[in-house]
Amino acid sequence: MSDITIHITDREGTTHTVEAPTDMNMNLMEIVRSYELAPEGTIGVCGGMAMCASCQCYVESDHELPEISDDEDAMLAEAFYVEDNSRLGCQIHMHPALDGLKVRLAPES
Amino acid sequence: MITTDILIIGAGPTGLFAVFEAGLLKLKCHLIDALPQPGGQCSEIYPKKPIYDIPAFPEVLAGDLVDNLMKQIEPFQPGFTLGERAQTIEKQEDDTFIVTTNKGTKHHAPIVAIAGGLGSFEPRKPILENITQFEDKGVEYIIRDPEIYRNKRVIIAGGGDSALDWSIFLSDVASEVTLVHRRNEFRGALDSVEKVQELKNQGKITLITPAEITALSGNDHLESVKVKRGEEEKEIEVDHFIPLFGLAPKLGPIADWGLEIEKNAIKVNNSLDYQTNIPGIYAIGDVNTYPGKLKLILCGFHEATLMCQSAYQRIFPDKRYVMKYTTVGGVTGFDGSKKEAPKAVVKAIE
Repeated sequence: MSDITIHITDREGTTHTVEAPTDMNMNLMEIVRSYELAPEGTIGVCGGMAMCASCQCYVESDHELPEISDDEDAMLAEAFYVEDNSRLGCQIHMHPALDGLKVRLAPES
Repeated sequence: MITTDILIIGAGPTGLFAVFEAGLLKLKCHLIDALPQPGGQCSEIYPKKPIYDIPAFPEVLAGDLVDNLMKQIEPFQPGFTLGERAQTIEKQEDDTFIVTTNKGTKHHAPIVAIAGGLGSFEPRKPILENITQFEDKGVEYIIRDPEIYRNKRVIIAGGGDSALDWSIFLSDVASEVTLVHRRNEFRGALDSVEKVQELKNQGKITLITPAEITALSGNDHLESVKVKRGEEEKEIEVDHFIPLFGLAPKLGPIADWGLEIEKNAIKVNNSLDYQTNIPGIYAIGDVNTYPGKLKLILCGFHEATLMCQSAYQRIFPDKRYVMKYTTVGGVTGFDGSKKEAPKAVVKAIE
């Protein structure tokens, strides 16, 4: 099986444990949308180009994540509610090594 | 009062292509958009990004797609109300509509097609407790008239092109320009970054990085802001604070038009013509929702085409019409231009 399990805490504080495929080139923002864990139009506004920060989330487990690209870094520099563990969900691609990942969605801004 | 056949709200790719399909049916269109330029997200967010799923274009830049659409609809002479947001809609006794913008421009049409994407682009406001209290009293998210900053002390926050460009521009107008950004690095055109560096060296722009504005104070008007840099916090006296953190789409006033809304989108009759629960108002492109909806430009084009056929029937209920192929009928513009397939040569070979 190529599915992994991830734990996503939505903006209301409820944690959802969901299965995510690793063979469809999906990212975390898309996983959130596919399970409808945030209202449409409030997440993934730019479509996943690291250009809007609507998919900002806080990574709460110590998984090794892909490095932050210049685009993501610049977007986070202009986002609100940014913490040290902030990432853009659209830049985290589902990968077997991310099994058990824990994230919390940042407030809508 | 601007009058037209189809009033299109939103000048993104779907709204622009609707002008073409309407034009083939000899219907005139007028478009309203909150942004100052046509193209919607394609122009505002990602003009330099390639799109790979437009049929017959293996690769096209979003900005070029918009340029091509503008060229394609040129013969149909669409009207534009740009930089204004559609605010209210009033249904008339004869089932036509009057749509008024936030600046008071009125538009009258028998058909309204909402092609508003994710909504109108509004400035993203920083999270500061009392910021709304100072809006238009020293806090502006959009620079409308640079002259109001003449000989004033201005502080700009942001790290993108608009923060850089306005810092450069206002350094010649304002008495003091301070640019605050959370990082030392700016994301903008190289020219702009270098120009800001030069103006900083000349003492014309004060740069405070990595830092952010944490509080605003004043009485009737903004008087000072608190800037936090590392552990150090200081109060700076200013006349204006301009936060430039980009734009985000909001469905906005359309949500109050009595249309059925689901998942931040407008519900439409997809088995027929993308009409909403209010006859005469259609919703096409990313703004609508129906079972199986996909937010793709190519789907928006399809929806725009079907909407126009239905609009024609609604405007001319007694007229008979069958769809014509452009390869057969050509394209006759309202400007008198005519494009058609070259005539085949019929000549005997002796």
